[in-house]
Amino acid sequence: MNDEPLVRWDWILRNWDNGSPSAIRTLLENHVVMAFLPVVFGLLIALPLGLACMRWRWLYQPTAGLMNVTYSLPSLVLFSIFLSVTGLSQSTVILPLTFFTLAVLIPAVVDGLTSVPDHVRQSAVAMGFRPLRRLLQVELPVAVPVVLAGLRVATVSSISLVSVGALIGQGGLGNLFIDGWQRQFYTPIVVGIALIVLLAVLSDGLLVLAQRLLTPWSRARRTA
Amino acid sequence: MNWLIDFFGDAANWSGPDGIPARLLEHLEFSAAAFLIAALVAVPLGMLIGHTGRGALLVVISANAARALPTLGLLVLVVLLIGVGTVLPVLVPLVVLAIPPILVNTYEGVRGVDPDLRDAAYGMGLRGYQVLFRTLTPVALPLILLGLRLAAIQVVSTATVAAFVGLGGLGRFIIDGLATKSYSSVIGGAVLIAALALAVQLGFTLLNRAVVSPGVRQVR
Repeated sequence: MNDEPLVRWDWILRNWDNGSPSAIRTLLENHVVMAFLPVVFGLLIALPLGLACMRWRWLYQPTAGLMNVTYSLPSLVLFSIFLSVTGLSQSTVILPLTFFTLAVLIPAVVDGLTSVPDHVRQSAVAMGFRPLRRLLQVELPVAVPVVLAGLRVATVSSISLVSVGALIGQGGLGNLFIDGWQRQFYTPIVVGIALIVLLAVLSDGLLVLAQRLLTPWSRARRTA
Repeated sequence: MNWLIDFFGDAANWSGPDGIPARLLEHLEFSAAAFLIAALVAVPLGMLIGHTGRGALLVVISANAARALPTLGLLVLVVLLIGVGTVLPVLVPLVVLAIPPILVNTYEGVRGVDPDLRDAAYGMGLRGYQVLFRTLTPVALPLILLGLRLAAIQVVSTATVAAFVGLGGLGRFIIDGLATKSYSSVIGGAVLIAALALAVQLGFTLLNRAVVSPGVRQVR
């Protein structure tokens, strides 16, 4: 406990873009890279894996079980284990977070595709859609709301989990927490929390917007 | 592999205040305390909100906030603000982060009970609280347990990170190991915590089998 004010604005101004690797702007950029790449990779892997689980149903139980187990591991544990493989690099954060993203997205893709009503699928078949076109133009669009719900959870968690990486020296904005702790200085900690929450709210808003653009019919039905 | 042998084979790691048994016990103590406090707050609150429908917004906000708030930042800030040295300041963020998953799932569970079932219970002459405890709670139990499981995992995970701000527990092996570049300690600690997390997961699976009514399980 000390008399330090919660926020020193002049510190923020001086450290926003001072050219050093610990400038707030640089940390923010690193944070964005380490938070979003896992989500992108996760989505790219989860889509084909989810489709595979739909085609071969026996695959789903073991996959879901494995993902459940992964998800229960603390992020610091996975970071530590990857540390011995990938060393002190951004991959040590990005790879484990990709697994966390997968644990959320694979069930989302499978649930989304399962949520496509049978009559919709049959109509597509009756209209002469071949499987690939049916998937791309009918099934995936109908699955969008469920998949995006998963994507929102994965994105927000990823943004906040990156900061734990600071403990292994790769935490983006999380480095501000270590800095603030070591110097008993509130401002960097408050800045870090604020920017992370802001980033999460902003990304979540963008995904909601994306969902509105991708599923225009859901709005049409509500206004009709 | 050699790291694991180094870590688990070292007799010094098995005794004393920073040995594996003592650290494990610490980890379990903090986690259990935080988990119990969170459950005592969140389960009744979630049931109440789900039953009355009042305060649903609070549930949504808490769920989103808990996901977005960085654990490490919260820990560091709270401990610096309240004061270093005692257990209480670390317990606060542990409890705060454990509440939302329990609250959300309890609320969703009670809310999601088939309205016909609820009406039938009222029709049979049960009073409000009887409907809640005899009808809604058993049906909502799988989701309540899911919330408790997620919270327990969250607590074990946050308690690991809390080693950084001076809490004991298994996280110390990772944090101290990183500080002294002793990777056998880092990996050994990671493996121990992973085992603990999996044990929690398994425990809840078994609990689920034991307490959820077979009738409810069949529907799912």
